[in-house]
Amino acid sequence: MSVAGRALKTFVDLGIGSRTRRENLEGWLWASPWIIGFVIFTAGPMVASVYLSLTDYPLLQGPTFNGIDNYKQLFTDELILQSLKVTTIYSFVSIPLHLVIGFLIALLLNQRVRGLSMWRVVYYLPAVVSGVAVAFLWQWILNADFGLANWLLSLIGIDGPSWLIDPNWALSALIVMSLWGVGGGMLIYLAGLQGIPTSLYEAAEIDGANFWQKFWIITIPMMSPVLFFLLVIGIIGALQTFTQAYIITNGGPDDATLFFMLHLYRNAFQYLKMGYAAAMAWVLFAYIMILTLLVFRSSSLWVYYEGDFKGRG
Amino acid sequence: MATTTTPRDLALGGSARIRDRATVLRQRAGRTVVYGTLVTLAVIFTLPFIWMVLASFKTQRQVLSSFDVIPDPWTAEGYIRGWTSLPVGSFITNSVIYSGTVLAAVIITSSLTAFAFSRLHWKGRDFWFVLALSTMMVPPQVLLLPQFIFFTRILNWSNTLLPLILPLALGHPFYIFLLRQFFLTLPTELDEAARMDGASSWGIYWRIILPLAKPALATVGLFAFIFTWNDFLGPLIYLHSLDRMTFAVGLQLFRGQFTTDFPALMAMSTLSLMPIITIFFFTQKTYIKGIALTGIKG
Repeated sequence: MSVAGRALKTFVDLGIGSRTRRENLEGWLWASPWIIGFVIFTAGPMVASVYLSLTDYPLLQGPTFNGIDNYKQLFTDELILQSLKVTTIYSFVSIPLHLVIGFLIALLLNQRVRGLSMWRVVYYLPAVVSGVAVAFLWQWILNADFGLANWLLSLIGIDGPSWLIDPNWALSALIVMSLWGVGGGMLIYLAGLQGIPTSLYEAAEIDGANFWQKFWIITIPMMSPVLFFLLVIGIIGALQTFTQAYIITNGGPDDATLFFMLHLYRNAFQYLKMGYAAAMAWVLFAYIMILTLLVFRSSSLWVYYEGDFKGRG
Repeated sequence: MATTTTPRDLALGGSARIRDRATVLRQRAGRTVVYGTLVTLAVIFTLPFIWMVLASFKTQRQVLSSFDVIPDPWTAEGYIRGWTSLPVGSFITNSVIYSGTVLAAVIITSSLTAFAFSRLHWKGRDFWFVLALSTMMVPPQVLLLPQFIFFTRILNWSNTLLPLILPLALGHPFYIFLLRQFFLTLPTELDEAARMDGASSWGIYWRIILPLAKPALATVGLFAFIFTWNDFLGPLIYLHSLDRMTFAVGLQLFRGQFTTDFPALMAMSTLSLMPIITIFFFTQKTYIKGIALTGIKG
């Protein structure tokens, strides 16, 4: 009542008040699908997840509060350490490879080549088709005895490794496979490269800069925001790797590809330890946040934004 | 593909400067290297696809005994065995329902919210927008278990598509962000003129913004379709019975416990990738523009 009364008073006083109030209400109304979704499917579950992680919760029996026991147990669980190791190695090797190879392909495509849209489609297509079918395909390609990879290697006289069944090679095999999807980053690089004003290059040419000087002084700094964006996206994606490990190696051999998400999945849906798995999810979240924050923190050193001359002579 | 260099290339690459013979030769060599690398890469990128499709027309014996690329004899047995050994038709139906519903819902809800975040002026707008962006940082794993318990233990929606559809259907921050960025590029004079003529917000949204935003809406729809079609973890944990499975989960059942029927597996894999590849081919321009739009210049 008082709200309505105040609205009326404002309306009388200013003549515009009710319009603002109506606009506010309207804004909420238009944004409400997402706001409702956020409360039910994001905010609620987040709070619940904190509680879950503090319970012992065998799915079929229900939760009992046990404080930070799950987190204590996490640090003594050897499989957790193994899965963190696997996930970390995978990320730290595959992300830089993706960043560099994607960039190189984008540079190639930016050389005024003919048939650009065709090349783009060819390189990008593998990035669109992720998932189970692709995992199966690669499982077969990397098969030690009758796979395409070792057959191709044998043509040039190399006796290929046993890839997926050799604990020393299985993770490398998954990294090689992930490189097939390098086209995603390439597209974004290419959009960035095409956005660099040609006037910059022309000015540098007038000053007598050669190809490499232009590359280091113009291309790299101008592309650093793109690199930054892809690095963050890459970290978030790589740390959540699941499908490949689940389908292709199922974590093996000898836990050599036991990704963190796979271990989480097993705890939750095979061992039905919901509380423990929820704690694992928070550990993964913390890990992603720490890495992302480090990247953000370091960005002032290496990411160049136009119009930002701070700390640059 | 052209690995040689034509005068036109040189003209394109050149300027008004006088070039001597050495420069011309070096440029020609450079072009050859560029195209040579592009072709080699293209072969590497397409080879797995080609291998998969060809294998789907082979016999199991040929797959296991030789590396001949071309099927000998050609046979559609793999497709027939694959299609009849599991209810592939119902996998496809379920996938279409999942992807189709999310696609339609996401276009509507995300555009409504994006409209609120870009064309309306209201208190709290920036707060909610920043909040929406920051939820993109929350890994789905944190939400996975509480949602699972909520949907299966409390609502008893186990083995239905609802737990998969609903959370996405109300709009995803990434799609909202993408649409908002696009809406912001449309001149505000359009809204002002329409309001002068007495148009309501709904009128502006429906008659002005949506028609102009078709490319962005198509991009969002594509993203949603491809994501849901490929989605594996969600369907894996919610769908249990054969008749409810999506193609992504159903496909994994083609792997046998001891021997795998490779032609059938590759045939069904080919089939499952077909919609994505087809759609991508026809919409690649829109898709690529959308990717560029999401980039960086926020």
